[in-house]
Amino acid sequence: MTHANELTLAEARAALKSRSLSSVELTKAHLAAIERARGLNAYVAETPERALKMAGESDARLARGEGGPLEGLPLGVKDLYATKGVHTQACSHILDGFKPQYESTVTANLWRDGAVMLGKLNMDEFAMGSSNETSYYGPVASPWLPPNWSAEQARAALAGDKRGLLTPGGSSGGSASAVAARLCLAATASDTGGSIRQPAAFTGTTGIKPTYGRCSRYGMVAFASSLDQAGPIARTNRDAAIMLGSMAGHDPKDSTCHDASVPDYEAAVGRSIKGLTIGVPKEYRLDGMNAEIEKLWACGVEWMRDAGARIVDISLPNTRHALPAYYIVAPAEASSNLARYDGVRYGLREPGADITELYENTRAAGFGAEVRRRVMIGTYVLSAGYYDAYYVRAQKIRTLIKRDFETAFAAGVDAILTPATPSAAFGIGEKGAADPVEMYLNDIFTVTVNMAGLPGLVAPAGLSAEGLPLGLQVIGRPFDEETLFALGEVIEKSAGPMKLPTPWWE
Amino acid sequence: MSVDLAAVRRIARLARIAVSDAEAPHLQGEINAILAFVEELGGVDVEGVEPMTSVIPMKLPLRADVVTDGQIERLVLANAPLVEDDFFLVPKVID
Repeated sequence: MTHANELTLAEARAALKSRSLSSVELTKAHLAAIERARGLNAYVAETPERALKMAGESDARLARGEGGPLEGLPLGVKDLYATKGVHTQACSHILDGFKPQYESTVTANLWRDGAVMLGKLNMDEFAMGSSNETSYYGPVASPWLPPNWSAEQARAALAGDKRGLLTPGGSSGGSASAVAARLCLAATASDTGGSIRQPAAFTGTTGIKPTYGRCSRYGMVAFASSLDQAGPIARTNRDAAIMLGSMAGHDPKDSTCHDASVPDYEAAVGRSIKGLTIGVPKEYRLDGMNAEIEKLWACGVEWMRDAGARIVDISLPNTRHALPAYYIVAPAEASSNLARYDGVRYGLREPGADITELYENTRAAGFGAEVRRRVMIGTYVLSAGYYDAYYVRAQKIRTLIKRDFETAFAAGVDAILTPATPSAAFGIGEKGAADPVEMYLNDIFTVTVNMAGLPGLVAPAGLSAEGLPLGLQVIGRPFDEETLFALGEVIEKSAGPMKLPTPWWE
Repeated sequence: MSVDLAAVRRIARLARIAVSDAEAPHLQGEINAILAFVEELGGVDVEGVEPMTSVIPMKLPLRADVVTDGQIERLVLANAPLVEDDFFLVPKVID
């Protein structure tokens, strides 16, 4: 065997169960890989002592023939999940020094099932970004080499400002980079407009944003509460199914959390898709669309057809309104959620002559440029005189977007196949500097899914001409993640194994 | 719609974010770029459409009206930047 951290989550699970590998050995292999990969900047906090303690306890349970579904498996956790006593800052300066006194439900579910925590993963500040460049802790580099770059050249860039290296996408950039670089078996992530799926597409990994309400949001740092959902990024479709099975579940501490048992997602992996009807929405065929993306999409259609699915053309006429409407709804909710950062109760405090100045100085110093911008947009669209023109109108358009999907599902469509991103990964420092909207366009294929509350899975489907990973997205009916895992497996099997980059960064 | 510099200052004040005179024009440009991007929504026919309130239809659950925690001042104050006894400290707000 090569290094234990090269195993998939399912393979590692089997090795632990057969006792051919211990959790301590597996965890040490990951901790060593993390140490060698510090240049990627995927982790913002490493928790090796805790990891080895948890691994030792797992080994004891495994020796007794006990253990949960994730027993002894080392995972990474996005920095927006509250982990008791451990660095939790959503990669914002304003949460400096914050150590929660409680555990998020999703991470508590993982530890309940026996998983081992390796540390906290980098992300865009408060999950606002599509390239992990808004993090207070600096950008994350993708383990994929930029086209025509040598390993030496890339290592030099890693030691510098990282410009020109590829972004792993965002906001879950640390999660995607760590999973693709084998710095954890899988990771938690979160998705408000595409923050699980776009990084998965950029790094050749699998990510699923489940239906709104499938996972508890308790203990997740809030961005836009009606859109935020937890989900995993993993190296295979099966691994993603195993992860979601543990992360999901009803939680009375989140009143929007779905009150129903969690299906056996892993059992849906490999399930036949024969007879399913797959919709292909014409509105996702954009003017001036990247030819490679279009070709990949056509490949996906053929794979589904070959596997026995029926392909139908569908129309989702309000698609083009989704992104502009998102940039009203999400900032509005963010401005409300982020009002809690006041310099009084936790995190950063910048002094002021009076209480208002204390707030203003703290928030000016603590929020990065993108967060300040979105809080101000949100404040504006919720302010007196503009509320109806912007916010109420955007929520009406959201109703129309959801209705489009409902019409397609009512006509017998079981799932929808679309591209995941408009392009392959771009370089650090390449986008959005002059015009924030340029960066926002990354979410054009993913944001509709959040607006409608639906589940969406992105699976690696091939490489661009320049050798970079590209993904396809499948969108399902509410709470039908199982069909997405069945379809994800078809994409994975048809595209062939994604060969992840060898560790040039070490 | 677009915002002028006075509006940028008013929004910053509402958002409780200090904005310097040097930053304001830059922010104005960025905010106006985003407002231009969302402007097309003004042309969508939303006559008779209900605004979305819950993305997944669900009944809001009610929990029992009982005390579930308390007496955890130490935990509540654990991350506060300035504390005295069991209180958060702020600049004087009442003369």
